[in-house]
Amino acid sequence: MFDGKQIVVLGERDGIAGPAIAACVKSAGGNVAFASTECFV
Amino acid sequence: MTGPVISGTSAVLAHVPGLARHGSKPSRELPRDPELQERFLGSLRTFEQAVAYAPHQAFLGARHPRDLPERPWIGAAPDGEGRFAGAGELMPEDEFLGLMAAVDDFDLIKLGGGDTDAVIDKLAGHPLGERIDLERVADAGGDAEAVAAEPGALPLHVGGDRLAGAIRRADEFDEALTARVLLENLAGKASGVLALLRLLADHEIEADSIDYVIGAGEEAIGDRYQRGGGNLAKAVAAAGGLSEASGMDVKNFCAAPVPALVVAGSLVASGVFRRVVVVAGGSLPKLGMKFQGHLKHDMPVLEDVLGGSAVLVEADDGVSPRVRLDSVGRHPVAAGSSNPKVMEALAIAPLDRIGLGMLDVDDYATELHNPEITEPQGSGNVPERNYKTLAALAVRRGDLARGEIGEFVEGRGMPGFAPTQGHIASALCYLPHARARLVSGEARRVQLIAKGSLFLGRMSEQSDGMSVILERNDGVGG
Repeated sequence: MFDGKQIVVLGERDGIAGPAIAACVKSAGGNVAFASTECFV
Repeated sequence: MTGPVISGTSAVLAHVPGLARHGSKPSRELPRDPELQERFLGSLRTFEQAVAYAPHQAFLGARHPRDLPERPWIGAAPDGEGRFAGAGELMPEDEFLGLMAAVDDFDLIKLGGGDTDAVIDKLAGHPLGERIDLERVADAGGDAEAVAAEPGALPLHVGGDRLAGAIRRADEFDEALTARVLLENLAGKASGVLALLRLLADHEIEADSIDYVIGAGEEAIGDRYQRGGGNLAKAVAAAGGLSEASGMDVKNFCAAPVPALVVAGSLVASGVFRRVVVVAGGSLPKLGMKFQGHLKHDMPVLEDVLGGSAVLVEADDGVSPRVRLDSVGRHPVAAGSSNPKVMEALAIAPLDRIGLGMLDVDDYATELHNPEITEPQGSGNVPERNYKTLAALAVRRGDLARGEIGEFVEGRGMPGFAPTQGHIASALCYLPHARARLVSGEARRVQLIAKGSLFLGRMSEQSDGMSVILERNDGVGG
């Protein structure tokens, strides 16, 4: 799905954390260029 | 071993629109855009508007958050409550500058000469005036303009843009002792002291009866050799006249107040101390944090208040709500970071342990950030999201039918009403309401749930949290 794509991951503490999204991206063939979890409050 | 109870709470706000420019976001954005700065300063609220703002009255404890009117809350007519309401007060910025000067042990703050006398008069007439060091406020009077022009100093304003004081740096080279850092710390100290003084006065507590104070704020006090070294708690205790108290801080980002409460309860339960106060002052860096969203929607800058809370924990008095130490929920490393997993660890696991269902808890107090502040910036409705997660977990657990989710969210949750002051908004702000409802019998159990964003410090990908249940006291001893 993400083969050859560079992906920027922004997770949210009260939603889905960055590492969880990054794991999904990698399993779908993408390369995680940057991953972070943010707190919006 | 004796069961700990919460025998007193206080909640205070300081309306400081003049300091909002020193919040982390405005201090980065405004200096590089004069037009934006002008718009920001023109969008600050008056004191009267801040007093009339319904979520502030809910924060003070004057009305339950479930009794808030429909939004929008900005621009709504006042409901008759004044600055002194509920479990505390909303202090205007000139008095708060005076209070900061009164708790400034190192002569960092200088107030404008003309402002000083007026502030002293106002603080002298304040219900807590006898507990405030007015001589030190008088000593702070002088040439604020000259101090503001010193290298490394910061100007302090009231009324949006009128210079009323200045704060000096404490060291030429130490990045932990710049005027900006010291202003943050002093604002946290002063708002914490205000909360403590209200707690003592409103509950007729002798200052020297307190053994220990636990700080739960987010400030980082120290010098270059130990940034974040801490113990604002003892500084607050000393400024509040607690001559027999010592103290320490519990650090855990926004989650800190709940662990602090659990530690306080444990110290009382074990007999180490008799009376322990948990105190938290406000977070100045979070002033104006989402101002761009507010201006984009032609709203006033809503993050113009500092919060403060204080709680007295002591041995069972047969009346006050119990802190059920057997109900403490923690977020273990292995739980991971997904919100449902976190909520399962914090809300469900403790209930399973003590044999209760989710409907045995009347009120869930999670992060109670005011959505009118967060939504315009795209940050969503944090409490609503948490309550929906809790309701979904209740359905999965078999405690709730799918069709009852809305009723659960409305009846056991509540609208967010707290300013975005991090730790203050994380369950701590509900304590005045929790105590009142548990004493009156309107509620039997309240679960406090707090979460903290460890990952922001870049030392771990982890988040953390803690929960605890408060229970109505049946008067038969703990």
